Formats: sequence, C-alpha cells, structure tokens
Amino acid sequence: MTATSRKLMSGNEAIARGAYEAGVTVATAYPGTPSTEILEQLSRYPGVRADWAPNEKVALEVGIGASLAGARVLVAMKHVGVNVAADPLLTLSYTGVGGGLVLVSTDDPGMHSSQNEQDNRHYARLAKIPLLEPADSQEALNFVSAALELSERFDTPVLLRTTTRISHSRSLVKTGERREQERIPFQKNPAKYVMLPAFARQRRPLVDKRLEALRREAESSPLNQIEEGRSRRGVICSGMAYQYVKEALPEAPVLKLGFSHPLPEKLILDFAASVEELIVVEELDPFLEEQIRALQPGVPVRGKELLPAAGELAVPLLREQVAGDEAAGTEPLCAEELPPRPPLLCPGCPHRGVFYVLKRLKVTVPGDIGCYTLGALPPLEALDTCICMGSGLGIAAGMERADPAAAGKTVAVIGDSTFFHSGITALIDLVYSGSKTTVLILDNRTTAMTGHQDHPGTGVTLQGMERPPVELEPLCRAIGVRRVFTADPLQLRELEALLKAELNAGELSVIITERPCTLLERAPAAPLTVDPHRCNDCGLCLELGCPALSRSGESALIDGSICTGCGLCVQVCRRKAITGFSAKEGGED
Amino acid sequence: MAKIDRIDLLIAGVGGQGTLLTGRIIAAAAQAEGYDVKTAETHGMAQRGGSVVIHVRIAGEVRAPLVPQGEADFLLAFETLEALRFLPWLSPAGTVIVNCQEIKPLPVLTGACDYPEGAVETLKNSAGRVIPVEAMKLEPVCSQPRTANVLLVGILARLLPFPEETWQKALAEQIPPRHLTINRRAFTTGWTHQPRP
Repeated sequence: MTATSRKLMSGNEAIARGAYEAGVTVATAYPGTPSTEILEQLSRYPGVRADWAPNEKVALEVGIGASLAGARVLVAMKHVGVNVAADPLLTLSYTGVGGGLVLVSTDDPGMHSSQNEQDNRHYARLAKIPLLEPADSQEALNFVSAALELSERFDTPVLLRTTTRISHSRSLVKTGERREQERIPFQKNPAKYVMLPAFARQRRPLVDKRLEALRREAESSPLNQIEEGRSRRGVICSGMAYQYVKEALPEAPVLKLGFSHPLPEKLILDFAASVEELIVVEELDPFLEEQIRALQPGVPVRGKELLPAAGELAVPLLREQVAGDEAAGTEPLCAEELPPRPPLLCPGCPHRGVFYVLKRLKVTVPGDIGCYTLGALPPLEALDTCICMGSGLGIAAGMERADPAAAGKTVAVIGDSTFFHSGITALIDLVYSGSKTTVLILDNRTTAMTGHQDHPGTGVTLQGMERPPVELEPLCRAIGVRRVFTADPLQLRELEALLKAELNAGELSVIITERPCTLLERAPAAPLTVDPHRCNDCGLCLELGCPALSRSGESALIDGSICTGCGLCVQVCRRKAITGFSAKEGGED
Repeated sequence: MAKIDRIDLLIAGVGGQGTLLTGRIIAAAAQAEGYDVKTAETHGMAQRGGSVVIHVRIAGEVRAPLVPQGEADFLLAFETLEALRFLPWLSPAGTVIVNCQEIKPLPVLTGACDYPEGAVETLKNSAGRVIPVEAMKLEPVCSQPRTANVLLVGILARLLPFPEETWQKALAEQIPPRHLTINRRAFTTGWTHQPRP
C-alpha cells in the first residue's frame, strides 16, 4: 500500500512543507487560529527565516520587501488578518513582485475561533490577483509551489485560501525535496514600485491585462479538473466542498476549481454544455455562483437556494439538499438537553481577578480579542465589546466623545500581544484627543489564546533569537500618557483601589497588570483547601468563575488537582474559610 | 487480519485530556496498516477547557474528514457528558467506549445547570453497545491521570482488526520517549480490559 510511504500532515503542516520545498527563504505571520501552525512549522526547516510580525500589515510589508529583494516569500494570517493587511495587498497588486509571494488566508466557516466568517475569496477579486483553493493536505503542499510559480510568471501576489477544515485536518501527503531558488536582487524601478498617481495609472491597465492572461492560464491549468460522472447534474466546487461533493454525490460530473480566480470561463461553459443543470457547491458566499450565473451558461444554475451561505457544509446536508436523498441519513441517536461546556479562563489565570474587580466596579469594559474575551462569559460577565484586534481603546474614546461622563465609568482592556498588534495607534489617539478614560493592558507575557507565541514584548523571536524586549511602561509614557501604573492582577484590593483612583483622576491613565500566563510559568504554590466549619456556603467565591471551585451542597469545594493556589478565592472569602495560601508562596513571580 | 471497508470514529473530551494525541495514535496505526486516513481536529478557542472533538476516518479512500452525524462506528469519550454530547454522531449499531469520569463544566460548577444524572444509563439505552470504563481506578491511570486516553485506545484497539505490534509502533511514533513506558502500561491495561468479542 502506498499509504505507508506518505506522511499524515495537517493542511497547515503541508503548507509549511510546500513552502520549504518551493525554496521559500522568508516567511512572516501574526498568529491567529486556524493559521498559526503554518509559521511554527516553517520556522523549523533549515534555510527559512521565519518571524512573527507585530500585526498582519507589517507581516505583508516585510513579505513585500523580501520579495522585491528577490526571495520567495510566504505570508500567513487568519481571514480577519487580511483585513489588516488589505492596505498593502491592494497596491501590491499594482506593483507586482520580485521573488514569488504567496499570501495564505485561513478562513473560518462556522466561526470555531473567530469573530466573523467573512469569505476571503472576495479579496482575490478585489485585488485582481489569482486565488488557489486546496482540497486536502496534498494539494495544500502542491499549491504553494503552484502559487509561487504563478506569482513569478505573472508578476503578482497570489492568494492561497484554506478553511479550518483544510488547515486542521490531517491527510496523507507525499513530500519532495527542497528546490533552492536563485535570488534576483532588487532593481530600482520607480515606475513599477513607487505608486504615485502618475505611475499607478500606468500600472492599472497592466493589472487588467494580467488578469486576462491569468484567466487563460486558469482555462488550461491542471489545478482545474473535470471529473466525469453519470448524472446529468453537474457540480462546480472548490476547497473542502469538493470532498463533501465526492462523498455525497458520487455519481455527479464535477468541475473542481483549484484555481478559482480569475474564473476559467470557457472551461465552465464547456462543462455546462455537457450537463442539464449546474449545482454550485461552495462554503460561505455565492462567490462562484454569482460569477457563473453572469456567464449565462444556458442551463439552470443553483447553489445558495439549496445550501446555506452561513456556517460549514457537511455530507448529510448535501445528501438532503442536493441529492434529495431522504434515506441517506438514519435517525440520529438523540442526546438530551445538555449543559454547555464553554471555553474558560484556566485556574490561576491572571485575567480572572481583573474581570472580577471590573464587574464589582460596574464599569463599561470595551475589549477585544484574546483569552480575556472570555471575561464576557458568566459568571464574570465584565467585558462589554469585542469587535476586532485593538478595538477596545478606540471604542472607549468614542463612548467618551458621545458622553463625556463615560470616561469615569469606562475601562478599556487589551492584551500585551494585541497592544503591539494594534493598540499603540489607538493609545496615541487617546492622548491626542484629550481622553480621560482608563486603559488596562493585561500583560501576561505571551500571545496566549493561539498557543503561547512570543511577541515584541517578550524579546524572543519565533526562531529563538533574543532581542531587546519592547517595554510597555516607557512606551506609554513616550506616547504622552502621564499616569502609567503597574499592578499585580492577583492582588484584588490593591487593583480595585488603583482602578477607582484612576477612574476619578480626570486624566488618561494606563494600568499595566503584570503576571505571566499561568500555563507559561506555573507557580509552585500548594493547592488551597476549604475549612468546612468556617464556610457558610455563601457562594461568593464561585463568582470568580474558577473551574477549581464548586459546591458540595454544604460548603465550597476546591479541586486540588487543578488549583494553582493563586489565592483569589482567599481574598474574596469573607469568613477566612479558604486556607493554605500565603502571600509569599502564591504572590511571587 | 480481515480487511475493513471503513471505520469512522469520534474522540470526545475536554480540552487538555489528550484528544489530539489520541487521534494521531489511531491515525498512525491505520496508516501503518495501509489505509487512507483523515482526521479533523479542534484547536484554538475550543481548547480552553471547552468541549473538544476529533474525527478520524479510515477507509481505502477517505473523502470528507468529518464523520456524518449518525454514522460513527465508535465514540471514544474521555468524559461522560461529552459522550452524551456527541452521541448523535454514533450509528445505531455503533459502540461507545466511555471513561466514567465527570468533569463539571463551569455552568454546573456555578449552579446554573445540573450535570446530567445517569449518563451511562442514557448511553446504554441509546447506543448499540456501551463499554463503560472506570479508567481513573485502573493502573497506571490512578497515579497518572493523563494516561487515561491511551488506556481507552487500548480498549478500542482490541475491537479493531490491527495487530498489537502496529499499535505499539504507533504509540512509539506519537508519544515522546520519556512518557512512553507509562503509556505502554496504560495501553496494555486497556488491551486486556475486555475479552475479545
């Protein structure tokens, strides 16, 4: 069997392998689920310089520089990261590249780990650049090479789009050897690389010409394949939808689009001529469907009238909605109404005490993306907004402008990695606009939610180099914030007193809470215990939302196997019923 | 050993229980036996103590990585509530292997909801076959709770047509050397837990 000679790889591992084999020498990214492992994996290959950037815009700009200097480049980000990088991307389309540049966008239909489920295939149309959509890990590997070759041949960045089910599914992959590429050094060419209006106007028609040339390429590209079938309904699909189609509709002729923008129009019309009806099966928006309909293929085109535009597709959905196959699904065994198991802040998490205090203060808390977004869930329920990376600070400023009294009742929260990503410019706005609000930077020394990536504040790079860490306190002072404080998020009374003082200060304040993520540096403190004679089962400690705390029916209970001895519950208990904590043990770094 | 057409299975648990590793061990064993295999994993937000599920599909040729609802041959559950949650994926003739451990989710800890009573009975009334395991009471899980997942793999392994050497090789491939000995013990406890059907 051939299976044994292949490797089981996730889509992300395969993308990294593909980049290595294609001779990529420079790779950049900002971590974000489901894209994070691409750079983590690529950083382990020899001959590749892989770095985390502070945000996706910088990641792409570094990628552009490396490409102009002749390197083959991979830049990776989650779907919403492309919004941040959209500014350089849309003009990079005009300048074109030096060495090949592939931008990987990992979309998240179903929002497993995201705040929206935008369909980033639209970016390929918007930027007028080619779009490749792999359907398994083998294609993920192969398509990176294909993307870099297209990029160099057609002088364009290429968008490689995956979804969570491609990036985080494992399938068998045949790997190859690395093919080193010759680097062609940067050559001065202002008409190509300096997008002054006069030069940009010269580039604009070339972008359209390139798009037509790419369309001709897509017509005959091996990435687009017609698979014969016996039914008269032909299916057009791309990405993971292809796998669902092959399983649910094994009889259907299929046009599989691996190279899905610009659309191979002639190929689609030829395929349409061989069937009586076209079904377009795609996750999220009717991206292909609307373009195919506009071609007037001469047969009915159906897609979103059968399948939802929201969420993920699945085999049973296709069987019911497209195959009309009622017998396909047996009656599923039904589970009763079950308590949900939402993700939660870990025992010992330094964010917990912060949100406990914020809830007590009854303040409005604009926030953003990170583990601390979980501060919105019961019982803490303290976080009030989450829109995008860095958004809390701007939102606090806006609330204050609409209602000047809001400044004394608002605390914007942001994590350390997120502050470097997009909080700094917002803090500059707070200084510049004369805001009197309070900002909390939750410094846990890592990018926690995506699995503990380093960032400029830790001073360690993805490949383990040590750099001078960017220090938050002097940075905030340099921006012009006069009231900058540090606090221990595990000392509830001190933190509350400081917050109260700063809310009433009548001036902009930044409080930096300093405590490493509990998964990063486990304090060797002993677990705490409840004295059942002192505990009156009031339930106050449960307001912390700590998974180590529960009720026995008569008193509070601490699960010693997960308690980290952080001591928050000791501080919350009014009857001194929780013991085993000494400030020295639990309170030191 | 008799060849199989297709095995679809779900591994359900709580973030941190080793579901990812379990999926990789089973996939490695299937691959070594010459099958095509695909898995779908849960990462990111779902891992912070939340509900986690891994799909593993084994066949001559696998298309979609996700097991359709109502079609899983096996549900390997490391916690009883999570077994109930993913029960709709099990086929009527399917087998549940469940660790009889209760990990209360936050809404239960804070008193907002109740943990379902008689979960194992509910499973028995709904599934073709249920193998409840008190893994936390068995060696070596009682002293090393993190090996519970591999003990359950041992029980599953006995029900699949792959030889023991294949499983031992898969364990060695997927588990770091310093944890291998204890996990081999857990696997053996599972392997010998049920008489061969």
